[in-house]
Amino acid sequence: MAVTQGDWAMGHISRRAMLAGTALTAGLARPAIARDVPLQVGTMLPFSGTYAALGENIFAALELAIAENGGKLGGRPVALIRLDDESDPAKAPANVNRLVERDNADVLVGTVHSGVVMALVQAAREHRIPLVIPNAGNVAATRDLCAPSVFRSSFSNWQPAYGMGRALAARGVKQAAWVTWDYAAGHESADGFRDGLRAGGAELTHTLTVPFPETNFQPVLAQIGGLGVEAVGAFFAGGGAIQFVKDYAASGLRDKIPLCGSGFLTEGVLKPQGAAADGIQTALHYGDGLDNPRNIAFRAAFKAKTGRDADVYAVQGYDAGQMLAAGLAGTQGDPVATQALAAAILATRIDSPRGAFTLSPSHNPVQTIWLREAKDGQNKVIGAAVKDLADPGTGCKMAGA
Amino acid sequence: MLAGLLAQVLNGVQYGLLLFLIGSGLTLIFGVMGVINLAHGSLFMIGAYLAFAVAGATGQFWLALPLAIIGGAALGTVLERLLFRRFRTRPHMDQVLLTFALILLFEEARSAVFGNQFHSVAIPAGLDFSVPVVGGFRYSAYRLAVLAICLAIAAGMVWLIERTRIGSAIRAAAENAAMLDLLGVDATRIHRLVFAGGTALAMLAGALAAPLQSVYPGMGDGFLILSFIVVVIGGLGSVAGAFWGALLVGMTDTMAKAYVPQAGGIAVCAMMAAVLIWRPAGLSGRG
Repeated sequence: MAVTQGDWAMGHISRRAMLAGTALTAGLARPAIARDVPLQVGTMLPFSGTYAALGENIFAALELAIAENGGKLGGRPVALIRLDDESDPAKAPANVNRLVERDNADVLVGTVHSGVVMALVQAAREHRIPLVIPNAGNVAATRDLCAPSVFRSSFSNWQPAYGMGRALAARGVKQAAWVTWDYAAGHESADGFRDGLRAGGAELTHTLTVPFPETNFQPVLAQIGGLGVEAVGAFFAGGGAIQFVKDYAASGLRDKIPLCGSGFLTEGVLKPQGAAADGIQTALHYGDGLDNPRNIAFRAAFKAKTGRDADVYAVQGYDAGQMLAAGLAGTQGDPVATQALAAAILATRIDSPRGAFTLSPSHNPVQTIWLREAKDGQNKVIGAAVKDLADPGTGCKMAGA
Repeated sequence: MLAGLLAQVLNGVQYGLLLFLIGSGLTLIFGVMGVINLAHGSLFMIGAYLAFAVAGATGQFWLALPLAIIGGAALGTVLERLLFRRFRTRPHMDQVLLTFALILLFEEARSAVFGNQFHSVAIPAGLDFSVPVVGGFRYSAYRLAVLAICLAIAAGMVWLIERTRIGSAIRAAAENAAMLDLLGVDATRIHRLVFAGGTALAMLAGALAAPLQSVYPGMGDGFLILSFIVVVIGGLGSVAGAFWGALLVGMTDTMAKAYVPQAGGIAVCAMMAAVLIWRPAGLSGRG
């Protein structure tokens, strides 16, 4: 640990500490860092396809964060490499290879899709390249597959659902059901919902699943009335979320059993959901109308840069930039000093528009999950569902930490 | 409990009738022309995107239904004329390759024109309310309207196939095409008619399904597999068989999803295996 700190505060350290640090840090020959050589930031995001809008917002906000840092990271000028991953898991290994082998990326930022991000995590683990994940919420990245070089600026699928469960229990709900597509993200969020309910003395009595990506929700909806639950939570996103919210309202369930969910149920889809979404409460680490100066300034700057309104994805991209800035400042721009970089990020309180957060030992944000209510096309924050929530990080063994 | 079961029965019937619209066209094309058309699911998707485009541009969803029928008939005629006629007597593997290529072409065209987003189609204004059906479970009026439309089309098709001259020619073509030629019936005309009709039905099903299922890339894939199962269970070329097969598939799928979700994926296939053991040529098959 002393070595890490010495390495981190380079410039004031003794030769002995320096030698020990060099020997211990990875055991690979570390070339002297030329401070004016641009740092290659390899961004791998969806710039086409279903998630293109998310990728663009993440990228623009990342650019904004770097610009606000004087256009530099760790004192070095920055070259941003922009690679479209098309959200295609089949192409992910080849795309990551391009960034690492051909473009010699010093640090990596990506991506949105949980299937694609695993190729990035693998590269970050193998080559010890720092990676910041600006969206993909699969829990493995900061649990079983956690690594000193892997960081997340977004959320784990477990977190927002946990917040929703806690908020329901706090309101006196005793029994609730969860509805989701039958895939990893859905089950991870179901675990969060269950744990949140339990923490408040309530119970998840049923988990109903629909094959991914089917949108025939009728067989599931017809069961809900007979379950005897007081609330239904759901994890769907995009088109599935639009259809589910509309079908839930049409089935007449909405007036009897309130629908709630992970924030993605109403994120970016309120317009097509229309009146069917009115009053739906969701939990997420960001929301509309967060009244802090940092958020207001960020939203204004993002709007000025892009002409678009910032959203949760922009915030995650922005914070990825802030995390890189903090980490590389701690290593004077050296991306290979993994331990020092991690120590610097973990020691920093990231001043995020969502509210300041720190990283957990498994490198996932310890953040407030906000409770929001859909109204007039906005997900208005109505309070905190749970403050400073950390992902449990189950199974994370940080090699060398 | 009973109310829940009744609601599921209604869900099964409604889903089955939609499958019938897709499967009936497929079974006719397969039975009469002997062509395996893997692109049938893509035609369903095209119908859904047509509804999305028409509803978006004009605000008149209903306009999409006649357009899907007319457009489908036109597209079917062109496809039959340019491609399927030449492939009718070719080996099945050639047909599979041809129709798989069509899937790729249609998907790329869809991607170029509409992008890869999930789109939602609003329920037409007049029917955007819901009515209680069983035990407080409500159905949107549009869903009920789709049910009625599917029933009317099914009745119309059974009448056409069983009671009219052209229908008996189509049945004859499915039974024994060579005999049809000997009797002096223009088989080419029958083929064109069947292919245009089948395409129109698939596109109409897509348009009707758009407000119920949303519109998204590859949305026809799941329907293609289910409708092949409908065709096999019903007996190749039999419209009445496709009707009962579709109801059976819709019901099995719905009940499995509702009561044994772990078996959701295999329930329909297990049911198909059981039917084929019982009647190897399908419900209405005579082979």
